[in-house]
Amino acid sequence: MTVDLTQFHDAFFEESFEALDAMEAALMKLDVGSPEAELVNTIFRVAHSIKGGSATFGFTEIASFTHSLETLLDELRSGTMPVTVALSDLLLKSVDVLRAMLRAVQAKQPIDAQRVSDLQFDLEVAIADKNKSEAVPPAAPGGGLPRPAIHGGSLARIEDTLSVLDKDTALARWRIRFHPYRELLARGNDPLRMLRELAALGELAVRLDAQMLPPLAELNPQDCYLAWSLELPGEVTEEAIKQVFEWAEGDCDLTIERQAAETSDLPASPQAAAVAPAPAAAAVAAAPAVAAAPAVATAAATARADAPTKVEASVSGLGDSGSIRVSVEKIDELMNTVGELVITQAMLSQLGSHFDGPDAEKLRGGLAQLERYMRELQESVMRVRMLPISFVFSRFPRMVRDLAQRLGKQIELKLTGEQTELDKTVLEKIGDPLVHLVRNCIDHGIESPDARVAAGKSAEGTVHLDACHRGGNIAVEVSDDGGGLDKERILAKARARGLVGANDVLSDSEIHELIFLPGFSTAEKTTDVSGRGVGMDVVRRNVKELGGKIDLTSEPGRGSRFTITLPLTLAIVDGQSVAVGTETYIVPLISIVESMQLKETGVTRLSGHSEVLSFRGDYLPIIRLHELFGVEPRSRALHEGLVVVAEGDGRRVGLFVDDLLGQQQVVIKSLEANYGHIEGVSGATILGDGSVALILDVPGLIRAASMRAAA
Amino acid sequence: MTTNGSHQVLTFVLGNETYGVDILRVQEIRGWSAVTKIPHAPAHVLGVLNLRGSIVPIVDLRMRFALERAEYTAVTVIIVMSVNTPAGRRDFGVVVDGVSDVVDVNSAEVKPAPELGSRSATDYIRGLVSVAERMVVLLDIDRLIGRDLALSSGVDGEEALAASAA
Repeated sequence: MTVDLTQFHDAFFEESFEALDAMEAALMKLDVGSPEAELVNTIFRVAHSIKGGSATFGFTEIASFTHSLETLLDELRSGTMPVTVALSDLLLKSVDVLRAMLRAVQAKQPIDAQRVSDLQFDLEVAIADKNKSEAVPPAAPGGGLPRPAIHGGSLARIEDTLSVLDKDTALARWRIRFHPYRELLARGNDPLRMLRELAALGELAVRLDAQMLPPLAELNPQDCYLAWSLELPGEVTEEAIKQVFEWAEGDCDLTIERQAAETSDLPASPQAAAVAPAPAAAAVAAAPAVAAAPAVATAAATARADAPTKVEASVSGLGDSGSIRVSVEKIDELMNTVGELVITQAMLSQLGSHFDGPDAEKLRGGLAQLERYMRELQESVMRVRMLPISFVFSRFPRMVRDLAQRLGKQIELKLTGEQTELDKTVLEKIGDPLVHLVRNCIDHGIESPDARVAAGKSAEGTVHLDACHRGGNIAVEVSDDGGGLDKERILAKARARGLVGANDVLSDSEIHELIFLPGFSTAEKTTDVSGRGVGMDVVRRNVKELGGKIDLTSEPGRGSRFTITLPLTLAIVDGQSVAVGTETYIVPLISIVESMQLKETGVTRLSGHSEVLSFRGDYLPIIRLHELFGVEPRSRALHEGLVVVAEGDGRRVGLFVDDLLGQQQVVIKSLEANYGHIEGVSGATILGDGSVALILDVPGLIRAASMRAAA
Repeated sequence: MTTNGSHQVLTFVLGNETYGVDILRVQEIRGWSAVTKIPHAPAHVLGVLNLRGSIVPIVDLRMRFALERAEYTAVTVIIVMSVNTPAGRRDFGVVVDGVSDVVDVNSAEVKPAPELGSRSATDYIRGLVSVAERMVVLLDIDRLIGRDLALSSGVDGEEALAASAA
């Protein structure tokens, strides 16, 4: 039976990219000098699993590269190589190269071989350097661990770890019980290979358990009937052993336990005769200083049960977070069905309210309960799509570090509210705008260390990313403690560009608005970081597309703060239903300023055509929705209907409608899926009675109306 | 379902004529219900309907073929079909007078439509076939409707057509 491996490619790529993100995050947290073992392990595991996967799928370049990377990481992991700034740079670059390689393979494009081989060379040089400077030859007798060369790390600390390890390793040997399930071979695992790998870790004692072997006639050659008891010297790390069995996890019963040194003497064991020792096993077994007497052995054997580092590794799942991977389509399907249920429920409620009879009360009670559960169900399903914003924030430590290095600035990045959750679709689209903003803060906001000191501030600037829930919205703030916006320069630039008249006086907020104009940049020199003037306008547009808005406050010398307000989800909008003739439209609440009834005198006609209304000292154009959409209204007289004052793209208009119907949350459905885009309409929704209502897009409406007026 | 060069066609009536579409394109047949108008749409696109959670545009074929308008009644029928456009598969409904039958059509018996006047007037007709002494006009709905949908999504109609033909 051949398995088409290509069906697993997508999963491999997806997992690899996620793993690389995790690796990058771990690298950023890694302290120079005293790396945390868990972080190093995380990093190692990523390289190891990518190597395994790419080798399986035949991506040889990736496998070869990760092999070099793994070798280097192994040195880090065993503590024989210190973490230096240069090394962590090298590892970060490796993450980049790996990402690029994976992307290239995924897109079936050639890999940038030069870049890869350059970096692989660097990795190998680093490994070679380490081996050269090895101070003490490895495998010092009794010591167990090779003494590392100290490259400026904390000598005392490493000595400490060593002595602790010494005690442990001298005392105990590893006893491994490896009992594969029958289907182990079918899952692509080869026990022989695993035993060889174990043998490479140290002298290995092997005892085969063939009890389960059936008579030849009943034997299925594709099943595994064998089990093994294995012993390894105590110097071997537990991780190294687990690593060997990593791919077999879930396909076998595995116990790894450390036993007291006294009992490790193989001849003392009654089954010793059955043991087939690997070449030098006897010599190692004798290595612990004390030769154990049988009496001692039994005592120690009982003590073994509560041995300190007993590890039950028969884990079928990874068991860390208990999560499953589900495709977005499936969730969308679920959302759709729930949306339908909500509509059906609304329909039933409507029907039930007119019901009469002996059981009418009971029916209404049941319907009310149904409504409550429906709401809960809908919220739960929505929550499935929510992800913490840390998915986006996690890319910034690396970016800030690189940028600060390149620009010669000292910057501390503060991240708060990373656990704030928002819809996956919003999350995917907010990344780029945030990158722009953070870049801007670093490039324009934070001054050079000298300038900061001269201004009486600490040399290190701070960029702060924060996320929090605010009402039904998410607020994401990017702030810095830099120089703030230079209003004079912005104004001068705007005048030079002819965006502002020479004698116009602008308020602060109007000046702030200027930086969101297309093609506006005040950077003295164009760097590759920013200054091309394709930034803030794109940021604003992207945020708008998400149904959000961006605000800016700035204080000279104290810094600036960008606040992005976003809806929790793109799937639901709070809307005001309005009636125009027989049609119902939904106006998003976020666009509405207020609604009012006009007096006959409140409206002025400009040059006979366009109507304007006076609103808080401003004159707003009136858009008659019935004209724009070609619907027959109940009344054409403005004072008989209502005007909804709405805002979009920084402009306010009055929308003339027949009536307001009510506010509700509506599920947004795409019109584009089966039809196409309609100017002034952002989508559609299904109302309680099953009919369709269009959701208005106020900025689009304003554009459409002004085009009509111009035509 | 194409065996021996024959395929199944759903036939429906529009005025005095009988038309046919490939049965594999038909999603469902449902009764008439009021539609929600959409602004700036061609006159024959009546509006949109909720079809089990997705929003589906409804086209009046009488208006599309410049026939006399008929009243929409309880027996008016909407055939929901899927059409391939350059932008992918789309669903839409057509309003017809009534559904007749499902018939087997042998490809060899399909005659090309006679060319009358401009080519574009008949390019959505796949051919004519005689079924039980009635002439059935076989429609190419990709050309007939795909163009409307492509137009409404801002793609140039001719371009889209060229792309779909290619």
